[in-house]
Amino acid sequence: MDAEPLTQLDPSYTTVMRIEGLLATLPFVIGAGVLSIAEVVPAWAPGIPVLILAVLLIGVLPMKRYNSRGYHMADDRLRVVKGVMFHADTVVPFSRVQHLDVEQGPLERAFGIARLILHTAGTHNASVTLPGLPIDDAKAMREDIRQHVKRESL
Amino acid sequence: MNSGIPEEADAIEVGEWHRVSPLTIAAQGVKTLASMIVPAAFILFGSALQSDKLATIAPYAIPILLGIIAINLLPAWLGWYRLRYRIGTSDVRLEQGIISRSARSVPYDRIQDVSLEQKLVPRLLGLVEVKFETGAGGKEELKLFLVTEKEGERLRETVRALVEETDEEAAAALPTAEGGEAPEPALAPGKVLFAMGQGRLFTYGMFSFSLVIFAVLIGAVQQLEFLLPFDVFDYAERYIRDEGYFEAGKYVSGMDTAARILGVLYLFLTVIVVGIASGVAKTFVRDWEFRLERTAKGFRRRRGLLTKTDVVMPVHRVQALVVSTGLIRRRFGWHGLSFISLAQGSGKANHDVAPFAKMAEIEPIAQEAGFTLPDGAEEWRRPSPNYYFDRTLIAALFVTIVGILVFTAAATSADQLEPGMFIIAGVVALAVGLIALRGYYLWRYDRHALDPAQVLSRRGWLAPQVKIANRVKLHSVEIAQGPLAKWRGYCRLNFGMAGGSFHFDGLAVEDARKLRTAVLDSIASVDFAQLPR
Repeated sequence: MDAEPLTQLDPSYTTVMRIEGLLATLPFVIGAGVLSIAEVVPAWAPGIPVLILAVLLIGVLPMKRYNSRGYHMADDRLRVVKGVMFHADTVVPFSRVQHLDVEQGPLERAFGIARLILHTAGTHNASVTLPGLPIDDAKAMREDIRQHVKRESL
Repeated sequence: MNSGIPEEADAIEVGEWHRVSPLTIAAQGVKTLASMIVPAAFILFGSALQSDKLATIAPYAIPILLGIIAINLLPAWLGWYRLRYRIGTSDVRLEQGIISRSARSVPYDRIQDVSLEQKLVPRLLGLVEVKFETGAGGKEELKLFLVTEKEGERLRETVRALVEETDEEAAAALPTAEGGEAPEPALAPGKVLFAMGQGRLFTYGMFSFSLVIFAVLIGAVQQLEFLLPFDVFDYAERYIRDEGYFEAGKYVSGMDTAARILGVLYLFLTVIVVGIASGVAKTFVRDWEFRLERTAKGFRRRRGLLTKTDVVMPVHRVQALVVSTGLIRRRFGWHGLSFISLAQGSGKANHDVAPFAKMAEIEPIAQEAGFTLPDGAEEWRRPSPNYYFDRTLIAALFVTIVGILVFTAAATSADQLEPGMFIIAGVVALAVGLIALRGYYLWRYDRHALDPAQVLSRRGWLAPQVKIANRVKLHSVEIAQGPLAKWRGYCRLNFGMAGGSFHFDGLAVEDARKLRTAVLDSIASVDFAQLPR
């Protein structure tokens, strides 16, 4: 079952992560600006770590993260793979799903993607999140899984 | 709340509001009083020593004490007055609070169990504490403070019957229920599975070496020293400043070798005897009249000398078994069995079912819970050796670096090398040796296995622990790898289990995949809602 091809996420998920990276770097840019103006250190010095951070968060990481993520939806289980450095490969059988969420932040809404969250009764991995799905796919998957949960319970 | 609330009816009427027993107030009062006795004694003792202060205080002492009790009783009474509960048709409700009211409702199909607990004072007054366990992380438990013993027993029976009813309704909605377990065998109520007599308790206590008494003493001194007529820490400080130890040293050097050895032996013996004695005492208090019974409702455990507890664990809510042992008791064949249960919450609830037993006694209990203990027929597998090698290397490096740092610090502060410093090197070498030995041993003995219905794990160096989980009662499976693990080709296998954690560290990736596939196939074939709850 580990051989099956993983479905890639929506490419706009990368864009969302890039924007998030941009937002995350902003405070550091401001901090660096203040340091430069205050002339505590040479004016160019704070720029270097901020530049590295920006390249990492905006340029490199989103692509890497996008590439490392994926999912596979089988008849009775969902497999979620993620992690650049810390790899995690989780499988949730639909029969163990307690309830389901589809969530969208403002950024995600702007790009038409959503997060699907599966909640189980286990203490570890009580909720498994699958981000970066096109909103229609996410809803369709939710319905699928819900149907499945319902059917198995009947 | 009006005054039309009937005081304790004969049988518990479903849908009626009730108050808890008024004796609750007395229990509360005694508790406050008890917590005041020690400080009061200290104050009296302290002032008695100091000239004629006692004479000044004495006339007021009793009125003051009474006043404090009254101040404490008023809220207790108000709290009692403002607390009421109702056993409804579909839920248990509890309303409480003097000024800010809280109303909690717990639906029956969420109640995992009802447990009764008796602390010392309530026990003397014939009261029990009723707890409705919901398995919602401990905090959300519905706790009904103190009702009379009879009332508690009735409450439990009523709620249990109602819970069973909702369960049955749910089961009736699933005509094709093909649970992972056979239907509970009908047993005569109250079959004793395991009990500990005084002899067994004593043996158990002997193995429960505990030095906690020293910590308690030091803590008590710290807490209450302001009440003592002399300052303990001042005394210790003076002892060091005035070179009291010099006197002591002279005294010791005045003795001959035999006396010194005897002295050291005496010290060790005292510590060991105190440790064993407090272990025995602790065990006796906690596990007095330990009885585990198999009733129609599940496992019923009763124990306790001062605080009596009575817990029922429904059989089908047992998620996994843990068989543990200790460094020394293991050599004598003693093991302990505990359950991981859905109603465990934050791990506060203690589900020891046979804390000190021979394997032959544990086996029938495990069977009763629907598990089989490993009998040697299963195919045990070892984790990846890389994992243990890496961990050992990291630990050894850490110890070495710390050792080097300490050595450098000592060398620079002493200006010249002294032979004493090489003790540091020796300690480091010894620690590294131990770590290496442990790593090797763990690799040799840590193992896991899969049988048709269960996942088994055996972990630990000196006191190995065996965990047995039911395959169909797991909820999700995750294979996780950090950078190092990815490079060295091992991973951590996490199972989502209700009420506890179940994971395997350092499995070879191939092995983990195989385990996961097998477990997932058995999980997916049984729906969670069809598992008997």
